[in-house]
Amino acid sequence: MGHLLKMTNVVIEGLSGTEWTPIVKGVDLHLNRGEVLGLIGESGAGKSTLGLASMAYTRQGCRIASGSIVFDGMELTTAPRHVLRNIRGVRIAYVAQSAAAAFNPAHTLLKQCVEAPVQHGLMSYQEAAEKTVETYKRLLLPDPEQIGYRYPHQVSGGQLQRAMVAMAMACQPDIIIFDEPTTALDVTTQIEVLTAIKEITRQFRTAAIYITHDLAVVAQLADRIMVLRYGELVEEGETRQMLAHPKEEYTRALLSVRKQQKPSSPAALKEKPLLEVEGVRASYTKGVEVLHDVQVRVKPRTTVAVVGESGSGKSTLARVITGLLPPTKGRIVFDGQELSADLKSRSRDVLRRLQMIYQMPDTALNPRQKLRTVLGRPLEFYFGMQGKEKTDRIVELLEMVELPPEYIDRYPTELSGGEKQRVCIARALAAEPDLIICDEVTSALDQLVAEGVLKLLQRLQDKLGISYLFITHDLATVKAIADEIVVMCQGRVVEQGIKEEILTPPHHEYTELLLSSVPEMDPDWLDNLLARRARRRARKPSDQGPRKPMRQPAPAAASFNR
Amino acid sequence: MSPLKELLLKRIAFGALTLIVISVLIFVGVELLPGDLAQAVLGQSATPETVAAFRKELKLDLPPHVRYFAWLSDFVQGDFGNSLANGRPIAGLIGWRFANTIFLAATAAAIAVPLSILLGILAALYRNSLFDRIISIVTLSMISFPEFFIAYILIAFLSVKLGLFPSMASINDRMSLWDKLYMIILPCATLTMVVTAHMMRQTRASIINILGTSFIEMARLKGLKRLRVVVLHAFPNALSPVINVVAINLAYLVVGVVIVEVVFVYPGLGQLLVDSVSKRDIPVVQAAGLIFATTYVILNLLADILAILSNPRLRSPK
Repeated sequence: MGHLLKMTNVVIEGLSGTEWTPIVKGVDLHLNRGEVLGLIGESGAGKSTLGLASMAYTRQGCRIASGSIVFDGMELTTAPRHVLRNIRGVRIAYVAQSAAAAFNPAHTLLKQCVEAPVQHGLMSYQEAAEKTVETYKRLLLPDPEQIGYRYPHQVSGGQLQRAMVAMAMACQPDIIIFDEPTTALDVTTQIEVLTAIKEITRQFRTAAIYITHDLAVVAQLADRIMVLRYGELVEEGETRQMLAHPKEEYTRALLSVRKQQKPSSPAALKEKPLLEVEGVRASYTKGVEVLHDVQVRVKPRTTVAVVGESGSGKSTLARVITGLLPPTKGRIVFDGQELSADLKSRSRDVLRRLQMIYQMPDTALNPRQKLRTVLGRPLEFYFGMQGKEKTDRIVELLEMVELPPEYIDRYPTELSGGEKQRVCIARALAAEPDLIICDEVTSALDQLVAEGVLKLLQRLQDKLGISYLFITHDLATVKAIADEIVVMCQGRVVEQGIKEEILTPPHHEYTELLLSSVPEMDPDWLDNLLARRARRRARKPSDQGPRKPMRQPAPAAASFNR
Repeated sequence: MSPLKELLLKRIAFGALTLIVISVLIFVGVELLPGDLAQAVLGQSATPETVAAFRKELKLDLPPHVRYFAWLSDFVQGDFGNSLANGRPIAGLIGWRFANTIFLAATAAAIAVPLSILLGILAALYRNSLFDRIISIVTLSMISFPEFFIAYILIAFLSVKLGLFPSMASINDRMSLWDKLYMIILPCATLTMVVTAHMMRQTRASIINILGTSFIEMARLKGLKRLRVVVLHAFPNALSPVINVVAINLAYLVVGVVIVEVVFVYPGLGQLLVDSVSKRDIPVVQAAGLIFATTYVILNLLADILAILSNPRLRSPK
């Protein structure tokens, strides 16, 4: 008996304009029963395309041009539609990156989870429903009997992702394709999902292809790893082997990403603060407070990282500081001078000195404006620059962010993600600000690209003396760039101080949870962590684990408890 | 109050406001007509005394806002006033004709709505196929012709040449339902042809729009049949725009049948409206206008409410 799945010299092409260009360029892949294979690489490496091809499925505008895909002795590339239909969802199942997008908003969870077994005539609705509830229990979903009757928008992201694992398990498939199932999640939620996946693949000896760009994540699950780049195989090997002795330069680069560190500069931290946020409270709808009494200080020429899970109020804080959302209470002092709460009544000079960079460079740049316009606008607006003076300055800005001057007449769509984010940085720099608020600026970027952007931001700070308020949920980023750290949880600051102090134990309970949840490049990390947490829970039976108190979803309830 | 209730109440309040604005517009529009109404009705030869007496009878001597509120409050209570042409109560004139109009519109809708949604789903399912193109060409050509043209073509072929169906849709109360349905086959077919294209195109477009989402990819990767993917996964999410277009077309069926009614000499409200305009029977025109407007607003209101209810996010909040 050969491999469960064997792909040989698979070429997948995508239609760009009127031409077919290869996305996957002749890759061989094999998977044995019960084995977990990690597929890693940056975006555009062809991981998802290859993963989907294992069910002989291609997205709109793509085709399998050549090669063979053999599953359990069947050639899939030439198989008729009804044969493929009886494999998809039954013997090979798929778990998508965004559960929120992959669940149909019009139907309840249970209805979608039982659909495959019922439609393929494997089980009655009743049997399938019972089995699904079973799986919900195994995946530790809360209220497993009832949660299936909810609609996707009524459960949290992590729960939805686990429900999707349950949906994939419905027919007890031979293979599950996991396509970046934890990328959109917080570190704390990521652990829940990783645990669920590990549990289920072990218990049922399900083979899996785990697609991700995060080597540390895949290290927890995979027996074997394939590194892809530009649609080609870079390196393949046993997980431990590869982590210990990567052969290729590219793999080594991926491995070293998380190791970037900078010491905080104690001299700068003694100075008078540039920005002071004092006792700020804010809310979007009346009565529901999102920020409770938040204090943050940013010293000149330093970087303050604001960390916390999604929903902790980090981005709201940024909106309050920029004046987009006037606080209900508290004040914001900038360079010794109190800022008016509302953006509209701030002077042009204050606006200039406080700039912002967003998470999604795609949506932050007008696709119909050339970089000349994008970067020229702040120069005209703040400094009244025109003509040659303006053009010279734009070129200078492009050079500052390490982009070639020819880019001046390009449109944002002609740039890569990292380049676009550099344009956003240049746009903020054009105003010659004292403080830039960076809202998850590297979250949408690949790790190597993100690393480049972080290094650039650091160089600009050293050169121009800008301060950053750096909002992020990624602690590796924090280690790489911060002088001080502010830890936020449910709209409150739970801990604040110099980076080295915050990162050295003893930590605040919540900081500990965040720190311990960041995956490490150690294949045993997840098992050890879970064992440690289980031991702690056993020691303190009254305590339901560190996660419980953080999981109250309604900030309103929290504020009433005070 | 739940956000859903709040939303619904808001929509209903907006509907009521729209109606009030329309009633003002209708009233002002009639006020602005040149010349004196009494003079126009009584003719050149009337003595000033008769004109004055007639004006008093019509309450034209009162200031406009007083008359507006009197008219509106009467209207709301179901008293539409009397016809100028024959002095009979307007409610009696309008009542059965409006019922006829609704009968014709409802029959056309009962055929057109399921037909166009079915065609839309099929076109989305087999998009860019020959079948899709043929449906598109046929329905679009039908929407491109004016309805009277389609009506006369149908009469010429099906009624005059083949003698299959009556060309005059003159129905009355003594007829059985089947006889009535037989009489209105041609006007019904005309209306169906006119409204189908719009609804079918919208259904097709919104389904195709949904087919690009990742939950549809997920459904396909579960190995579901194509028909099931389109009908059960795509269509429920495409409902909201479809409902709106259906409502607009239903409103058109009720309001816009004037020409079709005239062509087929159908005793409906549209026919009455055309007659009354030519007879300068202003109160009838006003009443008919307001009834049409009310129908339009109510149908759109219903569409809004259904669209909201079809969205699980609004139907069952967190």
